[in-house]
Amino acid sequence: MNPNNYLVLAGILFTIGAFGVLVRRNAIIVFMSVELMLNAANLAFVAASHITGTLDGQAAAFFVMVVAAAEVVVGLAIIVVIFRTRRSASIDEASLLKY
Amino acid sequence: MTGEAIVFWITAILSVFGAVGMVISRKAVHSALWVAFTMINLAILYFSLGGAFLGTTQIVVYTGAVMMLFLFVLMIVGVDSSDSLIETIKGQRIVGTILALAFGALLTSAITSTGFKTATGLSEVNGAEGGNIQALAQLIFGRYLLAFEVTSALLITAALGAMVLAHNERWAPRKTQAQLQRERTLGGHPTPLPSPGVMALNNSVDTPALLPDGSISQESLPRIFQSTGQPDHDSNNEVTS
Repeated sequence: MNPNNYLVLAGILFTIGAFGVLVRRNAIIVFMSVELMLNAANLAFVAASHITGTLDGQAAAFFVMVVAAAEVVVGLAIIVVIFRTRRSASIDEASLLKY
Repeated sequence: MTGEAIVFWITAILSVFGAVGMVISRKAVHSALWVAFTMINLAILYFSLGGAFLGTTQIVVYTGAVMMLFLFVLMIVGVDSSDSLIETIKGQRIVGTILALAFGALLTSAITSTGFKTATGLSEVNGAEGGNIQALAQLIFGRYLLAFEVTSALLITAALGAMVLAHNERWAPRKTQAQLQRERTLGGHPTPLPSPGVMALNNSVDTPALLPDGSISQESLPRIFQSTGQPDHDSNNEVTS
């Protein structure tokens, strides 16, 4: 099988994640879309590792996972804090600095 | 068709299906479950690509820890936090769709024109060290040792940051028993609140109690149902005589 298929799948998943970030208004769903984009990048790393026959891609994917876990913890804490003060998880509501 | 191709096509279709479901489902809980589904499919792909360690980590870290953290936060933030359908920026939905389609087309055409025709495969590298985990450990604790150590600082910072952000300072002093009792007896409702489902057709917790005149008693419901409007008051309480 042509190994490009893996990279194309990663590209499609990344695009769907970017679409979610652009279109959805709920902060948690936007955050999930970011997670999906990170997963797509991981798939590209693992596929590249498979194509080149070296394990460096898998090591990179491992580090991406660690960074993603740290990012999720802090991001969700920020969402919880914003929800506590504004009683809303919509990204449109947090426009206090605008006015 | 090789086994690898069969695994790829099944998991590819299912993972794209899950990703689309995540974007289009109205409720955030459904989105979380769709993402977990996509991540499990990606884990299967990692296994078929010779990354047994990464596949296992994907299931444990992403579907096990990250998505469950998402679900916990959804419980805090409220399951009712579905999207508002009002566009604050005019035409954002259409422009976003067009941009996403263009970006996807650009990525796909760029990838297909690069032309990796054959894959070397990892069986040789994995076999040299006696397995995928051993070979990956050689890399992480060898060439990437510095990055691995810096990662630990990142994780500690993230844990501390989450604790500082989510910490709830107590502004008012804790109420004493005497104060609580005074509030309860003088607060207008000395008896316990009516329990849900009294005199109604069924007694589940989301069914409000019926008052003697047949109207529903809002205070019999848990507060979460009042804010979400979850239970269908009318259908549960229609008395069929």
